[in-house]
Amino acid sequence: MRKRLLWTAGGFAFAGLSGLASADGWNMPVGVTDVSREIHSLHMIIFWICVVIGVVVFGAMFYSLFRYRRSQGAEASNFHEHTTVEVIWTVIPLLILVGMAVPATATLKSMYDTTEADLDVMVTGQQWRWRYEYLGEDVAFTSNLATSREQIAGEAAKGEDYLLEVDEPLVLPAGRKVRLLLTSDDVIHSWWVPDLAVKQDAVPGFVNENWVRINEPGIYRGQCAELCGRDHAFMPVVVQAVEPERFDAWLAQRKEAAAQEALGVDRDWSLEALMERGERVYGTICASCHQPDGSGSPPAFPALAGNQALLDERDRHIDTVVNGVSGTAMPAFRSTLNPVEIAAVITYERNAWGNDTGDAVQPSTIADEWLAD
Amino acid sequence: MASHLPPKPSVQYEHAAEGGAAAGAHAPARGPLRWLLTTNHKEIGTLYLVFSLCMFFIGGIFALVVRAELFQPGLQLVQPEFFNQMTTMHGLIMVFGAVMPAFVGLANWMVPLQIGAPDMALPRLNNFSFWLLPVAFTILLATLVMPGGAPNFGWTFYAPLSTTYAPPSTTFFIFSLHLAGISSILGAINIIATILNLRAPGMRMMDMPLFVWTWLITAFLLIAVMPVLAGVITMMLLDINFGTSFFNAAGGGDPVLFQHLFWFFGHPEVYIMILPAFGIVSVIIPTFARKRLFGYASMVYATASIAILSFVVWAHHMFVVGLPLVAELFFMYTTMLIAVPTGVKVFNWITTLFRGSISFEPPMLFALAFVVLFTIGGFSGLMLAISPADFQYHDTYFVVAHFHYVLVPGAVFAIMAGVYYWLPKWTGHYPHERLAQWHFWLSVIGVNLTFFPMHFAGLAGMPRRIPDYALQFADFNLVTSLGGFLFGASQLLFLVVVVRCVRGGEKAPARAWEGAEDLEWSVPSPAPLHTFETPPDFQPQQH
Repeated sequence: MRKRLLWTAGGFAFAGLSGLASADGWNMPVGVTDVSREIHSLHMIIFWICVVIGVVVFGAMFYSLFRYRRSQGAEASNFHEHTTVEVIWTVIPLLILVGMAVPATATLKSMYDTTEADLDVMVTGQQWRWRYEYLGEDVAFTSNLATSREQIAGEAAKGEDYLLEVDEPLVLPAGRKVRLLLTSDDVIHSWWVPDLAVKQDAVPGFVNENWVRINEPGIYRGQCAELCGRDHAFMPVVVQAVEPERFDAWLAQRKEAAAQEALGVDRDWSLEALMERGERVYGTICASCHQPDGSGSPPAFPALAGNQALLDERDRHIDTVVNGVSGTAMPAFRSTLNPVEIAAVITYERNAWGNDTGDAVQPSTIADEWLAD
Repeated sequence: MASHLPPKPSVQYEHAAEGGAAAGAHAPARGPLRWLLTTNHKEIGTLYLVFSLCMFFIGGIFALVVRAELFQPGLQLVQPEFFNQMTTMHGLIMVFGAVMPAFVGLANWMVPLQIGAPDMALPRLNNFSFWLLPVAFTILLATLVMPGGAPNFGWTFYAPLSTTYAPPSTTFFIFSLHLAGISSILGAINIIATILNLRAPGMRMMDMPLFVWTWLITAFLLIAVMPVLAGVITMMLLDINFGTSFFNAAGGGDPVLFQHLFWFFGHPEVYIMILPAFGIVSVIIPTFARKRLFGYASMVYATASIAILSFVVWAHHMFVVGLPLVAELFFMYTTMLIAVPTGVKVFNWITTLFRGSISFEPPMLFALAFVVLFTIGGFSGLMLAISPADFQYHDTYFVVAHFHYVLVPGAVFAIMAGVYYWLPKWTGHYPHERLAQWHFWLSVIGVNLTFFPMHFAGLAGMPRRIPDYALQFADFNLVTSLGGFLFGASQLLFLVVVVRCVRGGEKAPARAWEGAEDLEWSVPSPAPLHTFETPPDFQPQQH
């Protein structure tokens, strides 16, 4: 009777654990790459090893606690050493570990093989967004959180992909090997998409490598995994994997748009056009620190609205945006924004929120005087 | 207030004290100065324990602020800046202010009593070690009201977030950590000197209770790694205030160097917080199983192996930082190896229970919960050691679940087991058994409700250290927050039990627990201010 009870309980426990292990949103996702599948199976193997050891160890423990209760008149025996037993329980775990290390080593080796990639993408972490650059293709853009501040503050209903949605996802070709080169402009970030089983730190001053070959088209969401300051929770990663032909078409279209933008550098821009463009750039790039109303959050992030020192010295303003301020959180934007964007955002900052200097900084000025070297 | 003071020397020991060469000079100062100037190991032990308890509640309040914000998605109570300060301060206070001083306090009280020594070897140093701590933590807590706020870069304070991008208060944080580090090093020196020099005649190293052994090994770890911490925070100080670039890539420095240095300190540090816990459990389980510890020698060797291995596993905290393949493999293998001596310990505890005569007094309840729940933390540790899988686990709530399992039902439960075990010796009274049982069961339920769902949240993809999260993590966080509040509230019960026990309760004899064998049970309960002024007659157990 007692035996049957034990078997039934064990059966339920096993079914429960298996159910949990396969339930959506309770366990590590299997993912959509060969590597993610291998990692998932390693995870499940080591998990079941732990379960089995746990059942044996805790079983022995609770048996002893139940069987040798003093209240039931148990008398203590006095053995306290047994060399054979001690050797056995040292050697058996060692063998289990060796058995575990073999497949783990194989998987790790394939994760580190970044050779023969079809496409190189540079991933740059910035407080608090990701920048993607398709190397050799002249296509680059930043990817910002698309969830509204109202949703975060509870003033609007939260959407299905709350905090996991961006304005522009990283588009990758399914079925092709993509090498990811990761770095950072400021602090350490970590680029992570669970379905791709890629998590790699983006370290300032260093370039890390990883790779991914996505087997199924789809949208895969992740987040920055390394604490990177105030908005660490608000820099998601979204990868859109598409059929290779669609990817080629998309890339060609982006290249064309980039070429168009480059043409805009040489023409004269009106103040209104610069302001309109600048407001968009400011909203995605600058507002997270300097606030949408330019009030900043001193002492770390100075106010821009009514900042007389800045407004008096136009060149210092441009220098700050182009070259950054070393030793502070202000990054250099010379390589992450194009001349049109730099000119537009400086113009915007010099005219918004009552700053009203009337200055229109032309893209050509930026390109010729500040970026030519 | 008066009732919190240790009891006056009992009659039989007064004569012994008068007989001592410097008996007159050792009469305790009166009033508050008594506590400032005391060189008595028992009083300093009490100071450490009271300090640790205060820090435990302060750090706990910070954790509850975090859990309150994470109760549901969205930002409700605090802004991300303050949230980051709370996670950081919670970690720093709990590690350096609560757990470490608690173990030092237990060592102060119990090491001399367990080895038959009259006091610590260096009593004045002992006083200094303690009084550095209130200074250090006053400075650390004061950063909360400084401009720019308290440290907000996590208790691991990775550069350059903690240097170039840090709030101005970081310099004060560095200073306070320096003070706490000096305190730890001096405390460790004192413990080593005491154990090596002041053992009762006839007590060989392999006769020492395991709590003494584990503390001896821990003290060596402290001396080895606290200077590394001091070095790395000094480099931060120079980067912040003197224009150097140790960790600043723009100046030719290396942010990853910071992590290597930090974790070379940090990994032995986590064993500093668990080895004395092993020791406590290894003395409590035999007492309440009324049977000698199984495999005493292998326990000592396992502890030493864990300590040695702890120096060659640090980069398993850095599997996704961009290490070369060979380094990944090396650190994966060494980390997996730690499971072997740790397993030996668990097997030994369970075999000690086997064919014992077991009773379930409060210290035993906590010790048994330690064995089960620490082992669960050990399992997730084994999973984390698998480097490829760690690419998914790293920096998620799975890691948070892991280290809270080894630190809360691990280290903290062991400390509580130790407190319940030795309270009769300290106060002369048994802790109230009913209340202690309530405290135990509420803590066990609370701790599992808090930390078990974190495994699922982490596997499902929730990163750690975020003030707001995607909707699929909402249910796990709700349960975790409720569990956290239950656990936090049940600790008030612990306070009640301790205070009641100090004030009165069922009187305890010298040997307060039937199966207790070590030397501390040969002195009266409560232990008089001065004990073992003449060395005890120590009889090693027959092998």
